[in-house]
Amino acid sequence: MSYDDAILARHGLSRDEYVRIIDLLGREPNLTELGMFSVMWSEHCSYKSSRVHLRTLPTEGPRVVQGPGENAGAVDIGDGLAAVFKIESHNHPSFIEPYQGAATGVGGIIRDIFTMGARPIALLDSLRFGPLEDPRNRRILSGVVAGIGGYGNSIGIPTVGGEVMFDETYAGNPLVNAFCLGVARRDAIVRGRASGIGNAVYYVGAKTGRDGIHGATMASAEFDERSAEKRPAVQVGDPFMEKLLLEACLEIMKTDAVVGVQDMGAAGLTCATSETGSRGGVGIDIDIADVPQRESGMTPYEILLSESQERMLLIVKRGREAEVESIFEKWDLHAVRIGQVTADGILRVRDRDTIVAEVPNRALTDEAPVYRRPMEPPANLDELRRLPDEVRQPLSRPNDVLLSLVGSPTVASKRWIFQQYDYMVRTNTIVAAGLGPGVVRVKGTNRALAVSLDGNGRFCLLDPRQGTRLALAEAARNVACAGAAPIGATNCLNFGNPERPDIMWQFAEAVAGLGDACRALEIPVTGGNVSLYNETDGRAILPTPVIGVVGLLQDASNVRGRVFPDEGLEIVLLGDGAGELGGSEFLKTIHGVIRGVPPALDLARERALQRLIVDLISRGLVRSAHDCAEGGFAVALAECCFESGGIGAVTTIPGVTGADGMDRVAATLFGESASRVVVSVAPAEVATVVAAASRANVPATRVGRTGGRAIRITIDEQVVVDLGLSEAEARWTAVLSNWLDGQAA
Amino acid sequence: MTTFAIVVFPGSNCDHDAYHAIKHVLGEDARFVWHKETSLSGADAVILPGGFSHGDYLRTGAIARFSPVMAAVTRFAAGGGPVLGICNGFQILLECGLLPGAMLRNRDLKFHCEFVGLRVERTDTPFTALATAGQVLRMPIAHGEGNYYAPPETMAALEDEGRVVFRYATAAGEPTELANPNGALHNVAGICNPARNVVGLMPHPERACEAAVGSTDGLVLFTSVVQELSERGELQAIQAGAAPGARERVAL
Repeated sequence: MSYDDAILARHGLSRDEYVRIIDLLGREPNLTELGMFSVMWSEHCSYKSSRVHLRTLPTEGPRVVQGPGENAGAVDIGDGLAAVFKIESHNHPSFIEPYQGAATGVGGIIRDIFTMGARPIALLDSLRFGPLEDPRNRRILSGVVAGIGGYGNSIGIPTVGGEVMFDETYAGNPLVNAFCLGVARRDAIVRGRASGIGNAVYYVGAKTGRDGIHGATMASAEFDERSAEKRPAVQVGDPFMEKLLLEACLEIMKTDAVVGVQDMGAAGLTCATSETGSRGGVGIDIDIADVPQRESGMTPYEILLSESQERMLLIVKRGREAEVESIFEKWDLHAVRIGQVTADGILRVRDRDTIVAEVPNRALTDEAPVYRRPMEPPANLDELRRLPDEVRQPLSRPNDVLLSLVGSPTVASKRWIFQQYDYMVRTNTIVAAGLGPGVVRVKGTNRALAVSLDGNGRFCLLDPRQGTRLALAEAARNVACAGAAPIGATNCLNFGNPERPDIMWQFAEAVAGLGDACRALEIPVTGGNVSLYNETDGRAILPTPVIGVVGLLQDASNVRGRVFPDEGLEIVLLGDGAGELGGSEFLKTIHGVIRGVPPALDLARERALQRLIVDLISRGLVRSAHDCAEGGFAVALAECCFESGGIGAVTTIPGVTGADGMDRVAATLFGESASRVVVSVAPAEVATVVAAASRANVPATRVGRTGGRAIRITIDEQVVVDLGLSEAEARWTAVLSNWLDGQAA
Repeated sequence: MTTFAIVVFPGSNCDHDAYHAIKHVLGEDARFVWHKETSLSGADAVILPGGFSHGDYLRTGAIARFSPVMAAVTRFAAGGGPVLGICNGFQILLECGLLPGAMLRNRDLKFHCEFVGLRVERTDTPFTALATAGQVLRMPIAHGEGNYYAPPETMAALEDEGRVVFRYATAAGEPTELANPNGALHNVAGICNPARNVVGLMPHPERACEAAVGSTDGLVLFTSVVQELSERGELQAIQAGAAPGARERVAL
């Protein structure tokens, strides 16, 4: 049997890849096998375009318990425990069907965590949407938020934070990156690995239906106007089923009856069997007639490729089957033995007496093609990196500019969103959602874990390497602001079509920048996810690497948040900078452009700053800490006042000479220089804080005091901002609800 | 030592939080009771925790009422034993008829997770005995269907008999429209049965037992029932009793 180009194209396979399949099998594949190769060799599952670059990331460190290549990464957090975490994209499904796309994204990442034997304790999401002016974008946002809440709230894992940004390029291609953090006993982590010839292969969870067939291939193709027709490829989530699976699996993993576990996510049963088999260097022999099916008349092809949600594959020790089955019975789950582990390395699929597929596990996984795709900087990059003349005009009415910035959807309060998430369930959330990075205590210890997700597509458009260095630095700085030392990173790399050299260049530069920053800050990358082909009708999204950093707070009671806790505190700015405005929120919101060069980043200084903050917080010397990001110092200061119960700030900051001919006041107020943190300090402790900063070689400037009912900023002895706090806060608070209230989910 | 039975339904997700609050914060005894069990194993008080029992499929709490354990809970309540339904637990109490009324979706059709003010209306229940009437407690809510509804005659009976135990209110204690997060009739956040031993509320007292997570105002519900039980002198009487399981029978 031979396949024409049309069939190959429908399977997302090139003619060269088809030839490679024939070489590996020594024969032509049958249609079922072709389908299996199609999903396993998709970009989504095989990382064929990204793998050569991802290999360069630093993945080792003294705390690393599990690096990339498993269901999730893990780092040691003391007390015999490990933090298990990962981030994954569900962009394409969320565009097609926002509620279910986002919900199943959350469900998928939770499975990755409990599959490792970890109890999931926190969720975060990094989201990108098109402008709220367009009702279609509002509908997508409302649906995504409802879907995230619908799944996370029901399964009882708190959504404790995340980030949301807006740009035109996300209108046809929103980003939904879901992160989950779990905690496991370090010595009880379970891998997705089959071993033990004759051990049983079990299927448990939801029945297999026709939903989601070729989801992985869909996630590896660009969108066009016909994408809405792909709805059957989006799965439907059942958080209740997953809650039962979660509890049952964790109960089973407390026994030692299981040698390996893998969830069935993208590429379903094909992926779960071939990956566990190839990781363990063994074969798997299954009979698909034993697979529980929701619909009648499903073909082997459909059963093997279905992406029905809430299904798990377990490798159970021979002789321990009854024990495992009885625990699943308790949870009203039906575990079915569908096959066993074999010695020959082959994934053999039977349908009773017929062998319907027979493929070496490695051919589907390790032998997938690896591409070094051509790369070239985008042709318009030089022009983008030049600031247009019109943005250099002197800043008029800084008060109004600050109001506009706090009212931009990217900066504005996300309360409308996170209030729809149960961020408190499990009673570990010690910094409420929206008040800083997500921070959860680890019960049974004194410790807490802080998580921040950060990414700035604008910076990455202008300089993907620098933009990604800045994203990692910001995520690490954010957990440091809670008092947590960064101990591990995960990443979700959202880019356009890698077959375009300019996109591939952006990707490679971003990965290089991530590696560079991780090495300098000594933060290992323990895993991640790549989402390519984020384009609609040939227009790519802003290159958007989202970096998640997990930090460890030794004493949870020391945790600090963003908000000024009291009046009469001294405000100290740690760090300084040239006030760079390239790629800034100011340029985007006020001038409508993404132009210039992103801010400089000295990683040695960044590291010194982060260590200083963690040290100061551990000694109880700062009362609040907040990073300067979008909108610079002025917006950071305003954010420290928001939700404080009306505590304003009176400050005087040294003016900076605007880089690149930019206005001095604009640069000083709204420049987005990296490595800067606003802290509040009790007056009696200021001298100690300043001295500690000096020893750490971190610039520390006493800029003012908390109190009053206004946000006041003086530069060069001129009051440039004097804005009523209630007016600013009302603006900041109302933006999303003004756009979104009454929006049906 | 007071023993709390925390009933675990498939889909309960605040069971561990209630356990933590009682066992580790309060220092009392807590044990999980799986929904398929038919006995409460001699518990002194029962908590139906929050969550999404059976996925909230069909209707919140509608399937959980058929769990085998609910017959034991009903017997326990009939014997005067204190029963607290929190959030989904409250919804289950409504479905099984231990409390009147029903929950509609929140008026804005959205899930709400936030701290609210809760005015204590009655202190003559085992869960509010140590609170002060008119006191405003700060506790979180986290629900999509907490919009309490009852027919006018039921609502009138609840008010006449003083069975509205908690009302959503401002920090100053005003039960205003703005302080009402979900549209509940009469700002009802919690009610009790005629015998006053069965209390249901939408807010989560078990999430408000430690300053580290934002409030300690929820503790009073649990300390009240501990005090109430010891005052009744039941504990001593029961501890003097013999066979395991005797407690439940005494309560009956």
